[in-house]
Amino acid sequence: MTRFVLRRIGYYTFVAVVLAFFALPLLWLLTAPFTDTPTYRVEWPDFTFANFATIWEHPYALGSLLNSVILAGGTAVIVVALSALAAYALSRVRIPGRDALLYTLLLLSSIITGTAAMVPLFQLAVTAGLIDSQLGLVLIMTGGLLPAAIFMLKDFMDTTPKSYEESARVFGASPLRIVWDVVVPVVRPGLATIAVWSVANVWGNFLMPYLLLSDVEKQPAAVIMYTLYTEGGSPNLRLLSTFGLLYSVPVVLMYLFVSKKYGFRFHGGIKR
Amino acid sequence: MALETSRPDGTKTETPAAPVRSYSTDAAGLGTRRALGFVAPALVLIALFLVFPALWVIVLGLTNYSLTGAAAADPGFVGLDSFVRALGDGRFYNSTWLTFQFVLGSAVIGQAILGFTLAKVLQGRIKPFVEGLVILAWILPGAVVAFLWVALLDRDSGSLNALLGIPGFAWLIDHPMLSIIIFNTWRGTAFSMMLYGAALGNVPPSQLESARLAGASGWQQLRDVIFPHIRGHILTNLLLISLWTFNDFSPFLLTAGGPDGKSEVLAVFVYKVALSGGDLGYGAAVSTVILLINLVVAVFYLRLLRTRR
Repeated sequence: MTRFVLRRIGYYTFVAVVLAFFALPLLWLLTAPFTDTPTYRVEWPDFTFANFATIWEHPYALGSLLNSVILAGGTAVIVVALSALAAYALSRVRIPGRDALLYTLLLLSSIITGTAAMVPLFQLAVTAGLIDSQLGLVLIMTGGLLPAAIFMLKDFMDTTPKSYEESARVFGASPLRIVWDVVVPVVRPGLATIAVWSVANVWGNFLMPYLLLSDVEKQPAAVIMYTLYTEGGSPNLRLLSTFGLLYSVPVVLMYLFVSKKYGFRFHGGIKR
Repeated sequence: MALETSRPDGTKTETPAAPVRSYSTDAAGLGTRRALGFVAPALVLIALFLVFPALWVIVLGLTNYSLTGAAAADPGFVGLDSFVRALGDGRFYNSTWLTFQFVLGSAVIGQAILGFTLAKVLQGRIKPFVEGLVILAWILPGAVVAFLWVALLDRDSGSLNALLGIPGFAWLIDHPMLSIIIFNTWRGTAFSMMLYGAALGNVPPSQLESARLAGASGWQQLRDVIFPHIRGHILTNLLLISLWTFNDFSPFLLTAGGPDGKSEVLAVFVYKVALSGGDLGYGAAVSTVILLINLVVAVFYLRLLRTRR
């Protein structure tokens, strides 16, 4: 009996410590934006919304969020389109060397990380005039995400039935028409997963835009956030807290959306 | 120049397919040629922006390319000089040692053990709540969570020092490695927690039950029943989180490698040498080493996946 009690006490102590450990850093993001004069310390908020005005007053804050949307959206569109085409072809047609290709893709995407490739990417961007080009950055990030996207989508398409395509073919539909009208609707959940995954990856990416975009007007929220707390002088906590919150909310909403709609299915190695 | 070398195989496959043979065996009647056309655009982007940089880093590492000075205008081939230089560079050794501590401390010990423990012991109504918080720490943007930790650990007015009653304790200055290790444990535990959560579902409850009836202690159940069933998951988990942590750039957001290089893990070292310091050739040589280590870990991981299937 005492052993049982001790175990319960141990369990609740552990849960309490874990809760505190994970909640403590996050609390500030909930309280500071709504506090009149926020400090580093977590305080009971005054429930004011006045701090959000600082975002409108700041020359780059809103623009950077828009830049994040452009970069994430652009990357997601290209990744979904190209990986869907490739994954479909690899799933349905026995292209010679297919398994070796998939294996190589998976290997490449896991070893060529931002850290390993930052020097050549920077040097190439300078040489090719892609510094400060949002399109260049989108293409670079697309190249990085495509292998894993193709791999995940191919797995997904392998499990969808081929019978719809076959019957459409019997009725004389052309292959491209079949892909667009029959395959796309069937694999839509897979496409949505890849889109959300790409957006989340680009939205949080700091290193690549930090390296490749030096024009403040083109930088996404990740870089502006970093600039806000590292530039000289005491940081403007009203701006930092509200901006940080605004920049975080879309990720949380996306997560809630995905886990509600599809259930949070676990993909090993989904995050780079 | 070299950008063009990777293009031929791309354009070759992109040329419009000749009249497709009337009967292709695949479901949609795509045929091999059109299928290659479907794969080509993705492969071109991967070749240009992923494979080529990885090969280019090896070439760069053999030059003395730099951002400024004489070597910027006229970079020369220096062979393995940069690698030899790394062997004698105390800063590189220091950085490698710190990276080892970072991976061992935050990934292997921190994330894996905490993640497993959470997956194993959490139960009841509190479970989804704790899991939600752990996942939140994982999905928030890196720049935001880094600042949250800067605020938490602030020497004079941070919440942690206030809570522990040790005002003036300078975490990021006096204990930078400990700070980034704890930070990365906090940041990345979610992945291990979810992976072990899925893995523990594979352990047959009947075996656990009979072990318990036979009087096995908690530790014995863990060692003799649970671990043998999830060995593959453990290895997968350790390899992946080690790879990610090894390549993680977020310590830069928290300490920027400082003070005095005391938290300068390899990712930050490369950035500082090559991009702040302008020594692209040397930075590329160190990147090549990172790439090779990644390759070893990834090949090991993929072989493991193959044998498990």
